[in-house]
Parts: sequence; structure tokens; C-alpha cells
Amino acid sequence: MNREAILKKFEPNLSNILYIMHDLQDNNPEKYLAKEDIEACADYLNVPYSYVHSVASFYTMFSLKPRGRNIIRICESPPCHLMGADSLIDYLKGSLKVDIGGTTKDGMFTLELTSCLGVCGVAPAMMLNEEMFGNLTPEKVDSILDKRRKEI
Amino acid sequence: MIKATINNVEIEAPEGTSILWAAKKAGFTIPTLCNHPDLKPGGQCGICVVEIEGIPGLKRACMTPVGEGFKVKTHTPRIMATRRQLVELILSNHDTDCLTCVKNNNCELQQLASIVGINVHDYSRSGERLPIDRSSVSIVRDPNKCILCGRCIQVCSNVQTVDALAVNHRGFDTVITTAFDAGLGNSVCINCGQCVVHCPVGALYEKSATEEVWEALHDPDKFVVVQEAPAVRVMLGEEFGMPTGSLVSGKMHAALRRLGFDAVLETNFTADLTIMEEGTELIDRLTSGRNLPLITSCSPGWIKFMETYFHDLIPHMSTAKSPQQMFGALAKTYYAEVKGIDPGKIVSVSIMPCTAKKFECQRPEMNASGYQDVDYVLTTREIGRMMREAGLDVKEMPDEPPDDILGDYTGAATIFGATGGVMEAAVRSAYRLVTGKELENVEIKPVRGLQGIKEAEIDIDGTRVKVAVAHSCGQARKLLNKVQDQIAKEGKSEYQFIEVMACPGGCVGGGGQSWGSNMAKRARRGESLYEEDRSLPLRRSHENPSVLALYEKFLEKPNSEKAHKLLHTHYYKRSTVDGKIKPAS
Amino acid sequence: MNLVRNHVLISIDAGTIMAGARAVEKALVDEINRQGLAGEIAVLETGSIGATGQGVVIVVYPEGLYYANVTSEDASEIVEEHLLKGRPVKRLIMTEMPRQQVIRKEKAGLLKEQARIVLRNSGVINPENIDEYIAEGGYEGIERAFTELKPAGVIKEIKDSGLVGRGGAAFTTAMKWDFASKAPGDPKYIICNADEGEPGTFKDRLILEGDPHKLIEGMMLAGYAVGAAKGFIYIRGEYALSIERLEKAITQARLYGLLGENILESGFSFDLAVMKGAGAYVCGEETALIESLEGKRGHPRNKPPYPVTEGLWGKPTVVNNVETLANVPEIIRNGAAWYRGYGTDKCPGTKVYTIIGNVATPGLIEAEMGTTLRDIIYEYAGGIKEGKKFKGALVGGAAGAFMGPEMLDAKMDFVNLKEYAAVLGSGAILVMDESTDIVGMLQSVLHFFKHESCGHCVPCRLGTKQLVEIVDRIAGGKGKVEDIESLVKISEVMRDTSFCPLGQSLNLPISSSLKYFRDEVYGRVQQPA
Repeated sequence: MNREAILKKFEPNLSNILYIMHDLQDNNPEKYLAKEDIEACADYLNVPYSYVHSVASFYTMFSLKPRGRNIIRICESPPCHLMGADSLIDYLKGSLKVDIGGTTKDGMFTLELTSCLGVCGVAPAMMLNEEMFGNLTPEKVDSILDKRRKEI
Repeated sequence: MIKATINNVEIEAPEGTSILWAAKKAGFTIPTLCNHPDLKPGGQCGICVVEIEGIPGLKRACMTPVGEGFKVKTHTPRIMATRRQLVELILSNHDTDCLTCVKNNNCELQQLASIVGINVHDYSRSGERLPIDRSSVSIVRDPNKCILCGRCIQVCSNVQTVDALAVNHRGFDTVITTAFDAGLGNSVCINCGQCVVHCPVGALYEKSATEEVWEALHDPDKFVVVQEAPAVRVMLGEEFGMPTGSLVSGKMHAALRRLGFDAVLETNFTADLTIMEEGTELIDRLTSGRNLPLITSCSPGWIKFMETYFHDLIPHMSTAKSPQQMFGALAKTYYAEVKGIDPGKIVSVSIMPCTAKKFECQRPEMNASGYQDVDYVLTTREIGRMMREAGLDVKEMPDEPPDDILGDYTGAATIFGATGGVMEAAVRSAYRLVTGKELENVEIKPVRGLQGIKEAEIDIDGTRVKVAVAHSCGQARKLLNKVQDQIAKEGKSEYQFIEVMACPGGCVGGGGQSWGSNMAKRARRGESLYEEDRSLPLRRSHENPSVLALYEKFLEKPNSEKAHKLLHTHYYKRSTVDGKIKPAS
Repeated sequence: MNLVRNHVLISIDAGTIMAGARAVEKALVDEINRQGLAGEIAVLETGSIGATGQGVVIVVYPEGLYYANVTSEDASEIVEEHLLKGRPVKRLIMTEMPRQQVIRKEKAGLLKEQARIVLRNSGVINPENIDEYIAEGGYEGIERAFTELKPAGVIKEIKDSGLVGRGGAAFTTAMKWDFASKAPGDPKYIICNADEGEPGTFKDRLILEGDPHKLIEGMMLAGYAVGAAKGFIYIRGEYALSIERLEKAITQARLYGLLGENILESGFSFDLAVMKGAGAYVCGEETALIESLEGKRGHPRNKPPYPVTEGLWGKPTVVNNVETLANVPEIIRNGAAWYRGYGTDKCPGTKVYTIIGNVATPGLIEAEMGTTLRDIIYEYAGGIKEGKKFKGALVGGAAGAFMGPEMLDAKMDFVNLKEYAAVLGSGAILVMDESTDIVGMLQSVLHFFKHESCGHCVPCRLGTKQLVEIVDRIAGGKGKVEDIESLVKISEVMRDTSFCPLGQSLNLPISSSLKYFRDEVYGRVQQPA
């Protein structure tokens, strides 16, 4: 979908800014809000370019730099910490050879941290794109990511 | 009225008064950091916290209205300890290289640290060093000094509606910067410098040209000329501890001469010239009825703002250059010719209350003389530093006149420095140009003062001219939205002539003024300019003998072909993303 | 007409979807069709039944038998053995059952069963079908409001019920409504705070997923009481299923004339919009939420003015938590006196808890106010996992307080906990067994706050950064006694001077960890020579 078509889905009210940015980001193949996205949003809502950037940079679900094709968001909140999230995060950093916020060399995965996902009953948990996974172990994470690699 | 006690001192205050102001009334100055008298309190720093009997916790004095019967304490041991902790926290994320900081001795954080008594430093400096933004020709931004008080955002966004700077990211990573950190030079920044004069610390300052000017002054091959803007003569004294608004025209000339400038000339001279050019333009427009209202073009911050946000009004803009640039074009042509100096050896320096003038002089089209017309722009602060370095104290200087042939000025020129001044000066001369008679009472009071938008109806021998004056880009935006609206709906605007100055108060409130300024100080400086106007023998631009000589010997007449080549300019459309010139479509 | 002899309820919530509930549902339907049982056996979706961490859960009625950890491969066996031949599949029967469910289904009529007010329909009805909500008495509250109570009567009923906000601050709901109804300004707004971000809390998500119409009715009642025609549900961007269910429910309610113009000929018009957040814990603070709804950064506003006088777009606005609003239809339908039959005198009603961490059956429970922590852990959540010893709990989320074993018999309610310098907060109970490292937990809490600080004010932005550096030092074995003192000192300054509750609340986990686990924390720093 082109940017114009996305914008047209919403009334040009400032209160729609988060919705618009969610959609623009999803639509961007590099899963981020590019300068052109910010500019299009600013023009459509008739607000300054710097304003849109400022709002986008506040919320963790938006990225202002290119990301991989899949976003891993692993929870580091106290409940997941209690159930061993730390070692899982270390494992992921090692196996993907990236730091938090980094993207794998093949552009397949970006590793991010997230606050509580609200699925603490199955801690430790993570989101892969829109999908949630719980009761994670290194083996389980490997198989989830392998499956995703094969799907593409 | 509300009755309360501050540290047991009884006070009465109107409802809605903040505890901060109520305490001041009782004689107590509560320390603050993020608060600024001209801006809305944001509550960022928490330094002004006080105790109110019966209310748990501490309250911010800046944003808590004093309530009936409040018993406020402003400096209990608990409060003082808390303040020290907060200052220590601020210092944990602030470059404390005070001795080499541009704000040394003028820094509000430095003063605060001394007031609350910081003598130990518990917390290690945390966070990475961030790159300093030097992309702008006018303003440098050092995020390592920024304390995120938000004043710059408030002026950039609310007062000026420029929105170059914004708060980005969040938490400890919060940084005030341009979108995608592109830098002020690659943004919609209009270089007005209001962020600079509102910054309590050394995070924002002008890009200095003092080194280059020192070099030129000591280069025997160069002939260095200097011009001083109208507002500088009521600001420079403050750099030397004189009362706000002290008028120091003569002392300023003397100090500049002693600093080594080869010719001390006057922007005021070209202010008078501007009136001749712009006044003639106004008469032409009024006669033809085309492109009304005419809008003034002296303020370079306003020009970039217009090019970015109101470029559809370009046909309405006066094509007259600003006084600074008219001076620049004449110094390397007319002046060089008359004085027999090789224009290639002239270094043209201007002393301005303004940071945007640094941008203006570097605009590529500003080379009518065949050279860059104005080489270096120094703010009032920079020339103050240079004078102090040379051991010169303006207070102690004798009064000296400027040099000829670009030095004479009238009272009409000097009031350019205050909002409404250009309008008033233009009317004084337009009256003569239209009617052939002199305006009896030259003081046009309705366009003076600090009200946001001022309007007046001028009777020029039966022709009624409706004028409006806006200062600050936010007020200009309001006024011009109305103009656009009227033109769209009725085909014409109710106004025939509009003056816009980018900064609140006009040039006396410019981004190059002394540190620690506020609206009250701007008002006082403006009054001093009107005083000088009253004290001068000539008060109408068309009476300036040197201007008349210039036309006679060199330019022929206002708006002549030669005048157009040297004294007029054109404008561009600019992008609302990066402020760059958009290719003509 | 076919007579359905068995209902198979499959729990579809974010947790079970993760475990593959959609695939299991499809396998069950396919198998039922293959066996020709389509008319006799109905497969229905429901929300969470309260248990989490047990994979895909299904319930077969009328037996009321629970199966856990069901996979697609098990579908044919369940259909063949249980539904066709009447022989339950023993290996799949849920062993660690949420106690509440057991009571509800096996000892119907007991007090414990009636303690379900907010979650009455969750896991029982199909949340995607408005008729099922109506069949359970849904929308009777709004009818009573229209015909009998009128706006002032609704506020009075809520006032008499003693309902206080369930979001954490425990402010009297009726007072908020009363202020907003009397505040000058038009229009007025109702906002449902569904920006559930307190770590360990997912009660609102399960209410939204399990019984969205209850929330809609609660918001209608609030709107009717204060004179608002428009409501917004501000919901976390991560809660995809909640958003989907809510939007479906709103569409259905509109179709039934329960939202829109002149509802049920009452003259009252009301409509709802769902707004999606984008990842910011601080937006759970009501004024930050309003800023975000207006399309800004989620920075908290200065108070006063409070939202009830100047809220969304400067208009009078009521902001209520999901759980608070979910109580409202039941109170209006059954009356304040009925509601006061639950809980304690000072704190009537129930509280929904998410109990997680090292417990046998983590999940969602609803218990009367005044229930002890011990009962919640040992009666409802099956006690500590693997028979280990209870060490402590973090109650109320990251902004909550640690509790030690001496707090096990404390009555859990808003008023009583205050006396112990603790809070009920969001109702999250993170249980820690004997092997838990308290400094590690504190480290996680402080990192969370640093990540979520909005950055507006000095104490929170720079305080959280210093706290994290200090706690990392202690956890790494390099801390000193003075470091512990600094933790306390900084957090006290934050409590006193932070702009909003985020920074103000951080002192609580720090001071409470030292209160109950002082020796352990001090044992982790270098001892003075």
C-alpha cells in the first residue's frame, strides 16, 4: 500500500497519529518510520515535522532506524526476570550475534527488549512480530526462530 | 485576595498567584532553574519545592497557586537537602567544564550550585558524550550541557512556532534536538536565537566569529569597517554592568575605534536608506493597488520563516534588503569608490543584536558588490567579549561620533530596534513622499509597545492606510493567517502595510542580546531608543544629509536601477523538513 | 432443531493462542464434523478461564471437565473417546486446577463462587457474541439506570457501593463521576484506561478478551451518569486480541442499538472508540494517557487541574480503569447493598489478582477484599511450586512493595495494606520462592523504571539512572554500604519531588526490600573494614 492510501484511511486528526504511525511502520519493508513516513504524516496532520519525530521517538513500538524483517521483543520485566529472562536474553544475544537493538547480518531478526507483555503466567515470554511465545527455553527459542527462517 | 504566610511572613496575593511570586512579595527568592519569567512553568527541575503545612510531600512553588491560609516554608533543612540532591543529580549529567564554557559567570546552574552549596560531588557523570551540533552558521548546540529545562522548546515551538527543536526519545535518553538529529543547519531553524537567550546554561550559543575579526583587525593589508545595529547601542552597556537599556551610542563608537576598526560607521545610516527604498515601494504599491499589504523585510529570521511557512506571500514582501545588507553592498562599492580603497581589501563587520544576521550575510545572493557584502557578524555578546579582552570598558569611554560617509543617522533610524519602529519611520517619510508636506507629530504611539499585534489607521492627507505590526513569529503567523484568509475570501486584505520582526520586542529582544534577558528588559531598551529619537535634531529618514548625498552622487533616486541592483533582493521557497531552498517548480 | 448435548468451550486468549489454541479448535471442529457430530456438539470460544501456563485449555459441558495442554493431535482422541463414547481422556485432565473453578463448578452456591463479580462471565460465555452477555443479565444495568435510577441515581448507587478505583490509586469512583458531572464544560468524556503495563498484571487484558461487553456497559453507565456522549478505550498496542474483541463487541452493540443515538429510546446517546497505544508504561498515568490520546508524547500533566474538570481537549473527563468499570454493571444491576455483601466494611467488593512467579498454578483470580495473602497463594494458586518455601512476594507490580513471610496473614485490601506501608496497586502478586535473589529482583525493578521514565523531570530521569548504576554495582559484588544509603536517599528525593506517580512510587520497592530482606541486601555489599 502506498503512503497516501494509508493516510486516507484516517481522518486528519492529531489524535490518530499513533494509528497512522503504526500503519506506516508496518507498511515499511524495513519496519521503521523513515524520514518520508514522518514527513507524510506531518503533512497530512498539518503539524511540524519535528513534532511527529518527537512523538514517534517517545513510544517503544516505533523505530526510527531500519530494522530486520522480524522483530523479536523479549520481556525483561520483573516477572520474566524471576523466571530466568536474563539468561535467555544473553543466549539470544550470543546465538544471533547482536546486541540489544541490533539486527542480524542477514537482516532476518532485530532483537529488542520490551516491558511487561502481560503474559506473565507463561514467563519468560517474548513477541516475534505480532505473535507471543511463552515458557521460553533456549531450545524453544531456537526452534521458533528456525521455523521463522524456513517460512521466509 | 488570598491571605497566607510564607516563612511566617503574612502576605496577600491575588487568586492564582504562584507560591514563587507570593514568596517574592514576602521577600524570599526561592531558587529556581527551569523557570523563566516570560515562559510557562514546566516543572522539570523541582528545585523550587516548598513545604505547605498539612499537605504531604513537597510542592513546586512555580506551578502551585498559593491557597487561602497556606503556611508555606521555603527553606527547611529537608527542603535544602532535597535541593542539594537535585542539583547533584543535574550535575551528574552535565559537562562541568565551567572555566572553558561560554556561559562561565553567566550560567544559572553555576549560580544555583553556589546558592544551594554544592561542595561534594557524590554521583559519577553518567551517559555518553554526544556530538556537538555545529551545522548551523548561527547557533551551536551542545547536548552535553543541556539540562532539559525545556525553555528553548517553549520559545521555538510556542512563541516562535518554528518547531526546529523538539524533545526526542525518552527517559535518560531524552535529548532536545532536531528531527533525526539532522542538525540546526539542516532544519527549519530560522536562526533567531531565542533558544540561545533563554538557555540557562551553555547548551546553546552563537557560532562565534571573534577569532576571524581579531585576525582581520591585525592584518595590515585589510581595511576593516564596522556597522552597528540600532538596538546594539541600548544593549552594549549591559555587557559592562551598566543599567539595562543604557544608551551608549557615542561610547560604542569610541570603543570600536579603540579596538582597531579602520572606520566606525552605522547600520542606522542604512536604516534611513531602507526607509527611502521601502517607503518608495509602499507608495508604488498604494498607487497601483497591487500586492498589498506590503510586508517589511528587515528581519532575517522572519525572512527564513516566511520562506518556509508563508512563501505564497513572497509577492507581498518588500524587496528592500535589510539595513545590514544595504550597508554591506555600499561599503564595497560607493564607500570604496569615494574613499579610494580596493574593495577586495575591505573587511566588512557588523555588530548585531541578532544571530540570524550571521545566516543572512552568508546567503549566496548577498554579493551585489561582487564580494560577500558583509564578511562577519558579531553579536552584542561577542563584541562585549572582544572589548573586555582588549581591556576596554564601555562605561569609561568618551562619546565619539561615527565616521563619514556611512555614519549619519536620524531618529527614525534608531527606532528600528524596537517593534513598530520600522513602521513608524516609514510613515514619517511616506507622508512626505505622498503629500510633499512634513508630518507634524512624528510620534505614532499606537504602533509602539509590547502588545503582540498592534494596529493603526494612518491618515495620509485623506488616504487612510491600515497598518499592523507583529513581533515574534508566533504573532506574525497569527496575523498572516488572517491576511491569507482575507485575500482568499475577499480578494484583498484590510491592511496595506505590515511590519514583522522575528523576535519578541523586536531587535532589542534579539538572539544576540546579553544573557539573562526578559521582556521587562526588552521594554526598557525600547524606551531608550525612543529617547534617543527624541534627542536627535533630525527625526525623519528623508532628512539624513548623507543619504541625500548618496542618491545625488551614486544611486540617482530611490528604486533606481542601480538601487535595485545593490539594495534589493529576492526570496525562495523553503522546505518544511530541512529548511533548504526548494527548486522552482 | 438439533439438540446440542455437549458444549466444548475452548479458551481463546493471548496465552492459549500462544500455545496453539486456534489449531486445536480447528482440529476439534474437523474431527466432530468427520464423526458426524456437528449438530450434537458445539465448539464455543470463550475467554481465559483464569489458569495460565497450562497450554490449550478446553472445558466439556455438562460435565464441567477441564482438559489442559491439549494439542491438535489429541483432538481425535477427545472426540472419539469422550464425546462419542463418554470416556474422559484421563491423561489430559487438568490436575492443577484453579481452585476457584473447582468451587464454582463442583460446589455451586457456595460463597466463593459468588465472589466472582468482575470475572462472572469470563471463561463462561463466548465474548464474541453479545447474546451470551445479554443472556447472563448483560445490559440490564443500563436499563435500570434509564428507567429507574437516572444519572443522579447511578452516581448514588455507585457511591453507596463504596467502589474505589482498581487501577492502583484507589480513588472513590462516585466522587470522580460527581465532580465530572458538575464540572462546567461540554462535551464531557469517559476514558477507559486499558493501558495495562504494570509488570505482572494482565487482569485487564483477560477482562477485555473474556467479557468485552461488560466494559462497554460500564462505560455507558459512566457516560450516562456524568453526561458524556463519547468514550475512548485507550489500550496497549501490544494487546492485539483485546483490540480485536473490543472492536467486534462495539460493532455488535451498535447493531443492537446499545451504542449510538438515543439508546433504547432513553434520549441518551453514547458511542465508543478504541485507541491504540504504542509502548509507554507512563501512559497508564491518567494525564499522560490523555496527552497520548490527544496525539502527543505521553508526558504527565501538572495537577490540578484534574481531568474531571480539565481533561481530554480541556473538557471534563473521567478516567477509570478496566476493572473498575467492569464492576459497575453488576453494582447497578444488583444494587449497592448486594455489592457491600462482599469484602470488608471499608473496602467492599472483590479484587482481581494476577498471581504469578513461583506458584503451582499461576493465573487470574478474583477474591473478596480482605482475603489474606496466604489464602491467595495457598488456596487459589496451589502454593509454591515444587514444594519450595515461600520467601516473599512483590505485590502491586513494579511500583508495589515487597512483602516477607510475616505479611502472609495480612488482609489484602486498599485500607489495611496502607498500614503496612504496602499497596494493592494493580493486583499483581509476584511470588518468590526461597531461591530468589532479592537484589536481582530489585535490579530488575529499577531497570524497568529507568526504561519507562518519560524523562520530563530531573528527579525521575536522572534518579532512575543513578539507582540503576548503584544497584548494578551491588549486584556485581562491588557495592558498598554507602551505596545502599544512596539508594534510599535518591528514592526519597524522587518520592518527594517527582512530577508524577511513576517516579514517586519507586521508593516503595526499595524501602520494602530493605524492610523485609535487610540482611540479605546488606550481605551483598563489601563490609567496612
